[in-house]
Amino acid sequence: MVRSRLSFSPDDRVNAFLTTCPEPEYGTGSLEGLTIAIKDNISTKGIRTTAGSRILEGYIPPYDAHVVTLLIAEGAAIAGKTNMDEFGMGTTTENSGYGPTFNPLDKGRVPGGSSGGSAAAIAGGMVRMALGSDTGGSIRCPAAFCGIVGLKPTYGRVSRYGLIAYANSLEQIGPMARTVNETSRLMQVIAGHDPKDSTSVDLPYCHTPDKNIQGRRIGVPEEFFGAGVDPAVAAKVWEAIEELEKKGAEIVTCRMPGMAFALAAYYVTCTSEASSNLARFDGVRYGPAVDTKKSWHDAFQERRGKSFGKEVRRRIMLGTFALSSGYYGKYYAKAQAARQQVKNDFTRLYKDVDVLAGPTMPTIAFRLGEKADPLSMYLSDILTVPANLAGVPAISVPCGTVGGMPVGLQIMGRPFEDEVVIDTAYAYEQAVV
Amino acid sequence: MSMENMSGGTMAESRSEQSQGHISRSAGSPPPPEADETIIGLEVHCQLDTVTKLFCACSTDYRSDGPNTHTCPVCLGLPGALPAINKKAVEFALRVAKALNCEVLFESVFSRKNYFYPDLDKAFQISQYDKPLAVGGYLVIEGEEGEKRVRITRVHMEEDPGRLVHKGGADRARYSLVDYNRAGIPLIEIVTEPDMRSPKEARRFLNKLRATLEYLSVFDSEKEGSLRVDANISLQPEGWFDREKKSYKGRNRVEVKNISSYKGVEKALTFEITRQRNVIRKGQPIEQATRHFVETQGITTASRSKEEEQDYRYFPEPDLCPLRVSSWVERIDLPELPDARRARFIGQYGCSPNHARTLTGDLKLADFYEKVAAQADPVLSATWVADTLIGELNYRDMGIGSVTPSHMIELVTLVKSKVLTDRNAIEVLRTILDGILQKQPAGTPSQVVARLDLGATDSGIIPAAIADVIREQPQAVADYDSGKKEAFMFLIGQVMKKTKGKADPAELNTMLRKALHGRVQ
Repeated sequence: MVRSRLSFSPDDRVNAFLTTCPEPEYGTGSLEGLTIAIKDNISTKGIRTTAGSRILEGYIPPYDAHVVTLLIAEGAAIAGKTNMDEFGMGTTTENSGYGPTFNPLDKGRVPGGSSGGSAAAIAGGMVRMALGSDTGGSIRCPAAFCGIVGLKPTYGRVSRYGLIAYANSLEQIGPMARTVNETSRLMQVIAGHDPKDSTSVDLPYCHTPDKNIQGRRIGVPEEFFGAGVDPAVAAKVWEAIEELEKKGAEIVTCRMPGMAFALAAYYVTCTSEASSNLARFDGVRYGPAVDTKKSWHDAFQERRGKSFGKEVRRRIMLGTFALSSGYYGKYYAKAQAARQQVKNDFTRLYKDVDVLAGPTMPTIAFRLGEKADPLSMYLSDILTVPANLAGVPAISVPCGTVGGMPVGLQIMGRPFEDEVVIDTAYAYEQAVV
Repeated sequence: MSMENMSGGTMAESRSEQSQGHISRSAGSPPPPEADETIIGLEVHCQLDTVTKLFCACSTDYRSDGPNTHTCPVCLGLPGALPAINKKAVEFALRVAKALNCEVLFESVFSRKNYFYPDLDKAFQISQYDKPLAVGGYLVIEGEEGEKRVRITRVHMEEDPGRLVHKGGADRARYSLVDYNRAGIPLIEIVTEPDMRSPKEARRFLNKLRATLEYLSVFDSEKEGSLRVDANISLQPEGWFDREKKSYKGRNRVEVKNISSYKGVEKALTFEITRQRNVIRKGQPIEQATRHFVETQGITTASRSKEEEQDYRYFPEPDLCPLRVSSWVERIDLPELPDARRARFIGQYGCSPNHARTLTGDLKLADFYEKVAAQADPVLSATWVADTLIGELNYRDMGIGSVTPSHMIELVTLVKSKVLTDRNAIEVLRTILDGILQKQPAGTPSQVVARLDLGATDSGIIPAAIADVIREQPQAVADYDSGKKEAFMFLIGQVMKKTKGKADPAELNTMLRKALHGRVQ
């Protein structure tokens, strides 16, 4: 295979990249010579991968994530690794161990998170496309805040092999780009079965976006316009939905009562899984070495205390507690029951409608430091976590601005109907071009 | 158990006595230690002998290679790596479940067992918890009072952790090294009900289990560290446990961990019985505890209890799908297992029940015997393999694999055709085994016979030897004449010496007696 090199020296004023590859190699294929940024929690052979954490400082994976192998095989040039909330735990990219990323459209605001670096790299014109990962909205939120397109595929559609796990049962790697078309193009490369990921399904994505949505039934859950949603954002999103109606879609309002438990179910599940996933970072194999004069338990406690950020420590403690004997039934098991209710809501609604639509985020991008209170940050995930709990595909597509900042329209589809989600977003995008 | 209890009637009597005892004892006074019954349950971990690891494609054949050479992102637990189940390991586990008469659950689930230890690279072990592969089976063993069923509570699959090497000894290590070659080797854990009543029964259970696993071609007992046992043991007033089942709240049980050999189990349990008896005798309570078996000293030592009381925070492994294999197990055909083979040996070869049990108790031995029996007298072969050969091999610490069936076929044939006396045949066998041990092959039995001149000759030389002995030993002959039986045996010995043991003892006996009596006449 012929490999060529290009030069990549982005003017990164927003701290989008943690690592850049100045002369990335590329080959031939559908992504020939395209510079693509990779979120820093996706393993890249020979390229530093920290997941935004100090505890992985200096870690260079000896292997490529499955999606990276696929990108390289299609000729892409890996431009670098993008900043993120540590291990994906955040909605702002302020929780990075390497400093926050700023929103290219307003440097006083956050780019959203946790895939904030990927979104900022695209919005800032540094790369055409990027990979993100979405555990509870981490692709869609920064896509909405930075005015780009981001797809969280159906759970199982894209291999997670090589994605540094935060909450395995919720997260997916997904494409981010300026347009729906490019998002779809990237999706086509990364989707497909991978025997190394037992939760991956054998369903390739071979699709060209189609803007004809005549007769498509679009459900709008009332809960997506409930308390906490900025009326200006809500108005923008309604405008977008009306645009879809003009293109032949049928709009029906509906209810999603499971939403009442969605955030609680999400946070118990993701912190539980995270507490287990992150236990391996004990200072023996990764990051700065522990003080070997200390006893093993003391040494690793010290390393974990020093190298994990505050939000990560908070979530590890929450998850450890939720899984503890005597509390498992009260928290983890209950969260799974609530999760099932959310899934049931989707199943019921999808008998009547083809897709669901609403805002991606309740507000426009926060100002830096605005979400210092963790609970208020968690609450801002309310509209994105249902898709992760149910494993359904969901996309965020820009639908205008409020106060100069972008607003995202979220479209969620039936499981494994990522194509329908893409088409609906495409129909909107084409209508307003 | 006293001998009286062997018969049904006395058993019933003694039980009713104890029921009365139960009532009075529950009023307060502790039972005397002599009446205690040993209650043993086992948790056995066996490495499944697959070609690759449980969740990755790394080779399991690591023992002769350097540390950390059989590793990959998955078994090193590198960030982002995911497990993918080895179907062969599931098939092996299903074979075990079926052979142990277990019910395979419709759906079983892998769970994460979370704990920090440097040999555990992910800081959790992928195991099975509330939904194991299979439950509710049994294994028939030769108990102290005849055949008994040891019930199997559950069989589940899990991954082996890595291994720590403590430089400078386990107690005062200067530093520890970690080797992840073993990480991810498939294990099955077999948990029994507390159905064993003596260390001997525990050992027999393990032997039977080992034989069964080897018959299933899923386990290699000769691989170092392929079997590890945790034993639960308590001493309870005789009979109480069986009557009251699990509702019985008796003395606490002690878990002995870290037993890694078959002999070790018997040793550890025997030590533990003595230790617990002494505690009870002193009127002290047995504390529920975990103890470690120190193989080199044959003792158990207390573990620091805090370290053992872990909350493993089990939850379903999100990276693996639940297993639905209950219909698969129906399609699995089991090979002939030890009990069936034992019955066949008795029927087909005329083996005695004891010989048949010994021969079928080990797969390689059984295969060896069948090769011998196919070409030599089966009953004679059984005696020679099960009694003589095993004894001689054990004495030299050799395995059955070091001898070839052809040697045994020839030896048994030579004995059968009376070319060799039993005594000289043993001599030939020893010569051959010593030769193998010293790596100086002694040759075939015939060659050994010829070289050492051990072959029985025709009885023609015996009369000459007898005549010589009678002439050379007048005192012994006189003693015989005066009725001393020892003198006859002495004379037999002298003739044997002259004929280099080649004379058939029975024949010699008759001939010497005749010669002595003829002389008197």
